[in-house]
Amino acid sequence: MSKTNQEKKSSLGQFLIGLVLVIIIAGWTIPTLGIFVTSFRDSKDIYGSGWWTVLPHKDLVKSDEIELPSDTDPDTPITIEGVTASFDEWRQGQTLSDGRTLRWYGNKRSRKIEVFQEKWIGFGANLTLQNYRDVLSGGEVSYQDAQGNTISRQGNNFTDAVLNSLAVSIPATVIPILIAAFAAYAFAWMEFPGRRPLFIMVVALLVVPLQIALIPILRDYTRWGLNGTFVSMWLAHTGFGLPLAIYLLYNYISTLPRDIFESAYLDGATPFVTFVRLVLPLSIPALASFAIFQFLWVWNDYLVALVFLGDKNRVVTSALAAMIGEKGQDWHLLTSGAFLSMILPLAVFFGLQRFFIRGLMAGSVKG
Amino acid sequence: MDHYQKPAVRILILAALLILTAVVLAGGFVLLQNMQDSKILMTLFAVIWGLLSVALLYYVLNAVAQSMPRRIRSVTVAIVFAGPAILILFWALVLPTLRSLRLSFMGASGLKFVGLKNYAFAFTDPIMLESFRNNLLWMFFGTLSCVILGIVIAVLADKSKREKLIKSLIFMPMAISFVGAGVIWKFIYAYKGEGVNIADIGLLNAIVTAFGGQAQAWLLIPFWNNFFLIAIMVWLQTGYSMVILSSAIKGIPEAINEAARVDGANAFRIFFSITIPTIMPTIITVTTTVLIFSLKLFDIVRVMTGGNYGTNVIANEFYLRQFTYGNSGQASAIAIVLLVVIIPVLAYNLREFRGRKTLK
Repeated sequence: MSKTNQEKKSSLGQFLIGLVLVIIIAGWTIPTLGIFVTSFRDSKDIYGSGWWTVLPHKDLVKSDEIELPSDTDPDTPITIEGVTASFDEWRQGQTLSDGRTLRWYGNKRSRKIEVFQEKWIGFGANLTLQNYRDVLSGGEVSYQDAQGNTISRQGNNFTDAVLNSLAVSIPATVIPILIAAFAAYAFAWMEFPGRRPLFIMVVALLVVPLQIALIPILRDYTRWGLNGTFVSMWLAHTGFGLPLAIYLLYNYISTLPRDIFESAYLDGATPFVTFVRLVLPLSIPALASFAIFQFLWVWNDYLVALVFLGDKNRVVTSALAAMIGEKGQDWHLLTSGAFLSMILPLAVFFGLQRFFIRGLMAGSVKG
Repeated sequence: MDHYQKPAVRILILAALLILTAVVLAGGFVLLQNMQDSKILMTLFAVIWGLLSVALLYYVLNAVAQSMPRRIRSVTVAIVFAGPAILILFWALVLPTLRSLRLSFMGASGLKFVGLKNYAFAFTDPIMLESFRNNLLWMFFGTLSCVILGIVIAVLADKSKREKLIKSLIFMPMAISFVGAGVIWKFIYAYKGEGVNIADIGLLNAIVTAFGGQAQAWLLIPFWNNFFLIAIMVWLQTGYSMVILSSAIKGIPEAINEAARVDGANAFRIFFSITIPTIMPTIITVTTTVLIFSLKLFDIVRVMTGGNYGTNVIANEFYLRQFTYGNSGQASAIAIVLLVVIIPVLAYNLREFRGRKTLK
């Protein structure tokens, strides 16, 4: 008896846990789903209805129009199809007993009534790739707003932004890894003066806010004529990424067994050869962890790109941010641009999640 | 490899290698500057050149170090290995800290000494006080929500059959940029204005009106708009705290929970008396990480409101001071304030590090 009670209780518990989880997951996925769906909708539809209306639902669908006689006085109560109401009430819409809804169209002079009927809609989705074509293009693009007016805009040339982002992120990921791996190996397995204080410096730099470095580095770049160049981004991201890279790789490389270094030394291998032939291949998991970390960080970075690249060579984040500023209501372009900026990091993330989480764990500085 | 060569030949080879490295470095740079027209070609070239020149640099420097007398050879090799990283760290982070400190005592263009004027600005200007208040809101409510939600989701997901899927979905926003998240949430908060029969396209307003409420321009409501921005950070960062806390929870031996259950403790009792105390060190780690994060936060505010309508934060004011008002003195003072706030965490990290037996 008591056992069945226990079971009942736990199955209720399971149900509640499931319910809470479903609500949380809905909160975490629906925002992204919203812009994903919107990016494929026709621009005219986006301004006329919420993105969730692509799902099957009951809605009022216009079925007919009634022209009122031209002598109808909108300032007195008007009777249509047996219902009497004032102009304002007609404008809000009146539902008849047979389920039809009648609504005054436009201003008082139009004297036009639209008839709506509740129907199940949303089975045939009106989806398009036009938004993506428009946002990628650098030329003139035009679209229709909610009222059906055609609006022309300069395209955002997102193609260029994606290429710029690649040109920034790939070298800014690979270069610090190599430099950090050499340094981590030296810290872990070599003797040199200042080794301990220098490593303590690396640990201290892990949490230094990069705002502190932006102005002095910007001054250097101005003096060297590097502002707006890709090299400036590689250098800056290398500098900002190095503390974490050295720390992560040190933690990994220092745990490699001492034996392999001793036997390599006995075989007459120089440290350089040992590093290239042994340390690098053995450290691939740690290298991959940091690579994903750094790639996502550089690709998603906005502040560093804003400061050093400015409006020259816009990367995806700054192109998107500029779009929000200039065309805050052009949701068809904003959503498709936002989704374009997410495809690559999401692919990297889902493809290599295991490595990413490992890096995250090792990176959280704890005792 | 060249142990048997005569010294003169060896020096000649080294000199040639050094010149080659310099040519590859400089030539590649010049070439790159002239390639801005073809993006694809440039990206490819940049990757190859970047990697090649770094590898070449290490190879040549190592060759030089190997040719040193045996007595100093191992130290030289170590310097070659660690040196470039140390140099870059000094240029990119250590020296800039000192230079920012110096600039923070200088005027707008960094030429005239103004004493503590910039700090007086940083601590008394109304816009700075507003930013401090908002940053406190971010740090308190943002961090609290991230950590509590992270624990709750980690514990609940642990009891579910689809744990991996659930965690992936909560974790996913970590891969999205703050700017991208800005678009996502701006769309949720979208407000179309007053009027008859205007369909809401923003999800939040649609929900509110469906329950009989009034549609709002959420980001313009004084004070509370901060919380609508903080929600974005919670959405982005909860995945991080969940993943770290989840692995700590999984590290608790099942035997302890079992023993508590035998003693008659229910799920809540186990959670508060065993789970929470055991993972406390991890909770502290996660909390400090998210705290620092919310202190430095810039992108969300910049993109969503630009710091207007009472939502400004310190990092955004830093940006505005430098790039809108062109006042590097005030901007540097703000950066120094950010650093000073972080110093306790920095000191804690160092103490933890000294406690460990690394680098004996």
